[in-house]
Amino acid sequence: MTPLAAMAEPGAARGKTDAPVRIACRDLNFHYGASRALKDITLDFYDRQVTALIGPSGCGKSTLLRCFNRIYSLYPEQRATGEIILDGRNILSPSVDVNELRSRVGMVFQKPTPFPMSIYDNVAFGLRLYERLPRSELDGRVEAALRRAALWDEVKDKLKEPGTGLSGGQQQRLCIARAIAQRPEVILLDEPTSALDPISTGKIEELIDELRAEFTIVIVTHSMQQAARISQYTAFMYLGELVEFGPTSRIFMNPREKRTHDYVTGRFG
Amino acid sequence: MTAVTERLALDRPAPAVRPSALAAVDRVFRLSAHLCALLVLAVLVGVLAAMVHGGWPIFRELGAADFLTSSVWDVNTDRYGAWPAIAGTLMTALIALLIGVPVSLGIAVFLTELAPPWLKHPIATAVELLAAVPSIIYGMWGLFVLAPLVARYVQAPLNQVVEGMPILGTILSSQVPSGTGIATAGVILALMIIPFIASVTRDIFDQIPTVLRESAYGIGCTTWEVVRHVLLPQAGVSIIGAIMLGLGRALGETMAVTFVVGNANRLSASIFDPGSTIASRIANEFNEAFGLQMNALLALGCVLFLVTFAILFVARLLIARVRAP
Repeated sequence: MTPLAAMAEPGAARGKTDAPVRIACRDLNFHYGASRALKDITLDFYDRQVTALIGPSGCGKSTLLRCFNRIYSLYPEQRATGEIILDGRNILSPSVDVNELRSRVGMVFQKPTPFPMSIYDNVAFGLRLYERLPRSELDGRVEAALRRAALWDEVKDKLKEPGTGLSGGQQQRLCIARAIAQRPEVILLDEPTSALDPISTGKIEELIDELRAEFTIVIVTHSMQQAARISQYTAFMYLGELVEFGPTSRIFMNPREKRTHDYVTGRFG
Repeated sequence: MTAVTERLALDRPAPAVRPSALAAVDRVFRLSAHLCALLVLAVLVGVLAAMVHGGWPIFRELGAADFLTSSVWDVNTDRYGAWPAIAGTLMTALIALLIGVPVSLGIAVFLTELAPPWLKHPIATAVELLAAVPSIIYGMWGLFVLAPLVARYVQAPLNQVVEGMPILGTILSSQVPSGTGIATAGVILALMIIPFIASVTRDIFDQIPTVLRESAYGIGCTTWEVVRHVLLPQAGVSIIGAIMLGLGRALGETMAVTFVVGNANRLSASIFDPGSTIASRIANEFNEAFGLQMNALLALGCVLFLVTFAILFVARLLIARVRAP
């Protein structure tokens, strides 16, 4: 048994539930102009589980993540075909209101991206977009989101100060608070700790594990240790294809595909 | 240690001897580059000194405050007041900004956020070409095309509408609907400053990291909300810098304004009446000026020079402050 597999075991054991499917990908293909970045991806994401997408650079894991809130559609040359079913609806259909979709599918990026406004407004901004709340309730929701993101104690006395004044790790937790304040169903994390120091990374990982109780989480990560530590399911991708998907413990301990085995044991990638 | 170095030196081929003339060439080259750079400073200081020296008699005899605030400009009695020209300059520039800034921001937002790729390049090029149109062309176009249109479709109907109204009746009515005046000059100036404000603003937007934009769209913002709440605040003072860059141009623009501003020495309360700006006044009178009139025009030039210089200086400071998150 590899050391990685040993680390994966406890998390994976907890994940062995018969959770319902929250997102279902069917024959998903993705094109950047003429080049095909995703090839016939068919994959289920389970409700209130953390699913890690791993694979070498350029394998399409970030591209796949960017399909779930259709953020790719900001760029006219990018297009996805196939189906992604969320709540019984194909979110790739042109009739879907993407702004409303994005308020239900939160996203946190590689680099912290606080908006140019106060800490309070960073969290309240997204809430005000879709809900008209009285002041007291808004305050409550902001506080709850900041508490949930383990940031409240650090910022409660300076809510009016700009979000850009926080440290990198705090900014990233602010971005998570911003995402969860909208009470989304799914949270997408695109290498959320790759710009952070080890201590901040640890805090974010603990947070992700706690958020699993309420949200379905999909995380793209370059760190296999991270995937092993925090995910219940892992999908290994390579050159735009889904190579293997399964409970994290099995992917790390007992991969069926040789390419998966080579990757998780560090032979390439 | 020394022995080792010597031996190593011996192993290597002797360095090629370069002709000593090369060193002299380099010295001349460096010196001339220094001189070229100094020339800019010398011209700047020289121009300023000439303006101050030429305008000095006016400041001495009338006093700076009197000169700036008096609104009488009479060559026959040698009385010179700068206020109508200063007010005309500020008013035309203000109108130019009121029209030009929203349009420029619209162009910048369109180019960075909305334009499909095939349209982006043609429009960006058109904006840059607009900046290359000589100001005399704007002047001629303003006088022969825009002014008659303003007279016919704006001034004449507007006169009837606002007649007798308390405040609007003063500001918007025109004694002679000729089409030329402060408002027309403001419109022409707006067209001239739009390319500058638009392209600088576009550059500022382009420097804002894509991921910040995606985060804002990612929580469900519409394009308007992204621009209003994220991009504009993020660009912050740099946008003001871009606007001031346009303002600096609007204040100093001469040829096009002289064509359409009407060149009246009086101060009128209506923006549709003819007026003058500092630059147009100088352009009109400088050829035949002598004595104290010449000094008065130089003093006007001095005021314009200092104001535009200060504005451009501040604008550059602000633009340089594009902050990355």
